[in-house]
Amino acid sequence: MALKTEPFVINIGPQHPSTHGVFRMRLTLDGEVVIDLEPVIGYLHRGIEKLAEGRTYTQNIPFTDRLDYLASMSNNLAYVLAVEKLAGISVPERAEYLRVIMAELQRIASHLVGVGCFLNDCGAFFTPLLYMIREREKILDLFDMVCGQRLTYNYMRIGGVSHDIPDEFLPALDKFVREMSGFIDEYDQLLAKNEILLARTKGVGILPKELAINISASGPVLRSSGVKWDIRKADPYSIYDRFEFEIPTGSVGDAYDRYWVRVQEMRQSVRIIQQAMEQLPSGEVLSEVPHLFHPPVGEAYGHIEAPKGELGFYLVSDNSIAPYRFHIRAPSLINLTALRDMIIGWKLADAIIVFGSIDICLAEVDR
Amino acid sequence: MIISNPSLSLERYLQTPLEWAGGFWAHWGVFAVGIVAVVLILVMAFIWFERRGLGRFQIRPGPNRCGPFGILQPIADAIKILLKEDIVPAKGDKWVHWLAPVVVFVPALMIFAVIPFQDKAVLADLNIGILYVVAISSVSVVGVFMAGWSSNNKFSLIGAMRSIAQVVSYEIPLGLAIIGVVMMAGSLSMNEIVNAQTIPFILLQPLGFLIYFLAALAEINRCPFDLLEAEQELTTGFNVEYSGMKFALFYLAEYVEVLAVSAIITILFLGGWKGPLLPPFLWFLIKVFGVFFLIFWVRSTIPRLRIDQVMAFAWKCLLPLALLNLFITGIQVIVWPEALPWVMIPINIAIMVILVLLWSKFFRLGGGRVEV
Amino acid sequence: MKFERYGIGIAKGMALTFKHLFRHPITTQYPEERLTVSRRIRGNELIWDKERCTGCATCAKSCPEGCIEIVTSMGEENNYIVDKFEVDTGHCIFCGLCVEACPYEALFMGYAYERAKYRRQELVLAKEGLLLSDERQPSGYGRPKIEATLPQQTLLIDRDH
Repeated sequence: MALKTEPFVINIGPQHPSTHGVFRMRLTLDGEVVIDLEPVIGYLHRGIEKLAEGRTYTQNIPFTDRLDYLASMSNNLAYVLAVEKLAGISVPERAEYLRVIMAELQRIASHLVGVGCFLNDCGAFFTPLLYMIREREKILDLFDMVCGQRLTYNYMRIGGVSHDIPDEFLPALDKFVREMSGFIDEYDQLLAKNEILLARTKGVGILPKELAINISASGPVLRSSGVKWDIRKADPYSIYDRFEFEIPTGSVGDAYDRYWVRVQEMRQSVRIIQQAMEQLPSGEVLSEVPHLFHPPVGEAYGHIEAPKGELGFYLVSDNSIAPYRFHIRAPSLINLTALRDMIIGWKLADAIIVFGSIDICLAEVDR
Repeated sequence: MIISNPSLSLERYLQTPLEWAGGFWAHWGVFAVGIVAVVLILVMAFIWFERRGLGRFQIRPGPNRCGPFGILQPIADAIKILLKEDIVPAKGDKWVHWLAPVVVFVPALMIFAVIPFQDKAVLADLNIGILYVVAISSVSVVGVFMAGWSSNNKFSLIGAMRSIAQVVSYEIPLGLAIIGVVMMAGSLSMNEIVNAQTIPFILLQPLGFLIYFLAALAEINRCPFDLLEAEQELTTGFNVEYSGMKFALFYLAEYVEVLAVSAIITILFLGGWKGPLLPPFLWFLIKVFGVFFLIFWVRSTIPRLRIDQVMAFAWKCLLPLALLNLFITGIQVIVWPEALPWVMIPINIAIMVILVLLWSKFFRLGGGRVEV
Repeated sequence: MKFERYGIGIAKGMALTFKHLFRHPITTQYPEERLTVSRRIRGNELIWDKERCTGCATCAKSCPEGCIEIVTSMGEENNYIVDKFEVDTGHCIFCGLCVEACPYEALFMGYAYERAKYRRQELVLAKEGLLLSDERQPSGYGRPKIEATLPQQTLLIDRDH
C-alpha cells in the first residue's frame, strides 16, 4: 500500500546565506528529492550594456571591473583585448608580461574564494574559507601595491597597463609564489581526502560530456566533465603561447571533480607566474594611443579564459568615440543553464552543493 | 534549615546527604538551586570557551571586546536577546509555539539531577541513574517537533522531520554502548560507576567510547550531524521563527545538552572525579572541558552529512558495532571477570581497530550510481 | 588487503586544525591599530591644487560618471578663472581616470579612506573643501614624486608566519 504524498514547492529566495548573491530558485520537492527547478534571475541587473553605449572606450574600463567583481583583472583584460582587436593597437612587451602576471594572480584569488565558499556550503563551518581568505589577502595586498585598490582595479588600459610595478612588487611576489604551493599542499591535507566530503560530493550533480558541450559550458565546469578545452591553449591570446603549463581535466563531471580541477588550476597558475617573472623584460608599459580615438567601422570579439569560464566582449563600432553595441558573453550565465539537469533527482542538500560547485557570480549573470 | 555542626568542612558536609538538618527537603532545595545556578554558569563558560576556541582554530582571536578576553560576551548576548521583540507567526499555533521551548529546555536541565560532581555530591543518587538519563533526554525531541510544526513554515517543518528521524535512530546505539560500561561496573547508578573505575573505562571499552561519542553528537544535533540547524541550507531550520527569550531557551538548551553529554562521557569513560592532586570537583571540571574541546574541534573541521547518510550510518554502521561490542564485553565479563587490565586493554583496542577497518570496507560512494 | 577511508582523512584534517591553534592570529584590532595603506591608494577623497588648475576641464570630460562640475569665466591675461569646481564624491567611483587625465598635475587622489559623513549633501565638495590641508593628504596614484615620500605599505606576507 503506497502512501499518498504530494509534492510541495519551496522557494530558496533571493536572500539566502548560501546563494552567492541574489539568486532565486523555486524547487518542487517530493519528500527530500527534487523533481523540478525553476531559476529566477535579474535581481542585480544594472543595465551595463546600455550604459556603456554612452561612454568612451576608456571610460568603460571601470564598468567592466564591476561585472565579476571577484576577478576584475580578467574582465579588464578581456575588454581591452577586444578594443585592441577592433582598432588594431599593439601593446609593448613589458605590458604583455605584466598582464599575464596579473591575470594569473587573479585566477588564484578567484579560485580561492570559489573553493572556500563551496566548502562552506558543504558545512565545514568557515574554517577552510578563512584559511583561503588569508591567502587571498596576500594577493590583494600585491594588487593594492600596484594600482591602489583591492577589488575594482581599473588597471588595464587600451594599449598596455596604466602603471608600472613599484620596486617592492617583485620581491613580495617571489615570496608569495614560494609559499603558495606549500599552502595548497596543506590545504589538501585538510579536506581533500576527507571521507565526509567525498561522501557528499562524489557522484553528485554529474554533468555529462555531451550536455556540457551542447550548452556551451566553459571553464572548470567544462574541463571537469572530461573535455580538454582551454582558450589559453586552443586560441592563445596575449603571449600565452610562450609559457608551459598543463590543463587539469576531470573525468566524471561531479561536484568533487569541479573542486579538484580548481585546486589543480591554482598550481598551474603558480607555474605560469614563475615563468613570467623570469622572462620579464624592461621597457614602457603603455603605447601611445590618442585620448579619444575613433576605431574604424567594424566589429570584434575578444575572449579570454577567465576564472569562471570563457569571458567574451563583442564590440561593434561606427567610427565614433563610443561603442555602438557592447555585449558581454558572461560565463556564469551560460554555465547556469545546466543547473536544472544537474539537480533533478538529487536531494535538497545536494542542490545547494551543486549550485556552489558551479561557482557563479551573480553580477555577471545579471550584468 | 539549620546546619547541625558548622565545624564540618564543606567536603565532608557534602558527602553526608541524608543526615541533613531539615532532612530530605532541605537537601533537595539547596541542591536544586545550586545545580541550576552551576549549570547556567558552566553553560556561559562553555559558550565563551567555544567561541574563543573556534576563533583560534580559524586564525582569529574570537570575542575580545566585552570585558577582558571577552568573558562578558555571553552576558552581552543574553541581554541582547532579552531585549528583542517576541514575534509569533500569525497563522501558527500559538499555544504550541509558546510551549515548545519549555519542552526542549526542561528535560535537558533535569539530566543534571543524577550527575555527581564529587563522591555522593548529587541531588538524587538514583540506583537507575543512567537509565533515567537516557529516558529523560528523549523527551526533548517532542519539543523540537512542536517548534517546527507551529511555525507555519516549510523550512522549519523539514528541519523538524529530519531531526526526529535522526534522534530516534541514534538512541539505540547510544543505549547499547552504555550497557557495555554498565556490565563492567555492575550497577546503573552513576556514583557506583565512577567508584568502580580503577582504570578509566575508555581504555577497556574503546569501541564503546567511539560509538557513544558519535551517537551523542547526533542526539544533540552538533556537527557533523547538525543538518537540523544547517544555516547554509535551511537558514537555521526549526527555530527560524523564534526570537527573544524563546530563542534564547533553544540556544541554551543546546549548550545544556552539550554540557550534559560531556559530563556523562566523563563519568562513564574517563573516571569522573578521580585524580591525584587537585580536589575532585576540579578534576571533574577539567575533564568536562576537555571533552568539550574535542567536540568543538570536530565541529571546526568536518563538513556535515546529508540526512540519508546520517540514517545509513546509524542503522548500518553504529548499530551492528554496538551489538558486537555488547556481545564481546559480555563474554569478557563472564569468562574472565578477574582478568588483568594490562592484558584486556590491548585486546580490546585490537578488537576496535579490526572492527572499524572491517566496517569501512562497506563505505561506498556515489549512492551506488557511479563506480568510484 | 588495502583498507581505505577508515577515518584517516578526518584525523589528518583535525591535526591541521590543531596546529593552527598555535599560530598567531592575523587580525588587526581596528581602530586601535591601523595598517599603513598602499602608497598608490585611491582613497575616498579628491584633492585639488588651485594654483596649477587652468580650468581646462579635461578631468570632467574623462569622468565616467560625470561627477565633476566646472564653471569658468574669461580672465584678463587670456586665461580661465575657475568660478566653480565641484566634485560629488557620493557618485564618484574612485576609478582615478580624472587624475590620470589632468595635464597639469593639479588633481590628486586622497590618502585617507575614512571619510564617511552623516548627510549626503556633505559629500558634495566645492572649491574650499577640496584643498590640501593637514587632514587631507594626497596619495601617490599617478604622481610618482608624491609616491616617493609616502611610507611603505604593510604586507600580510611579512606579518604572517
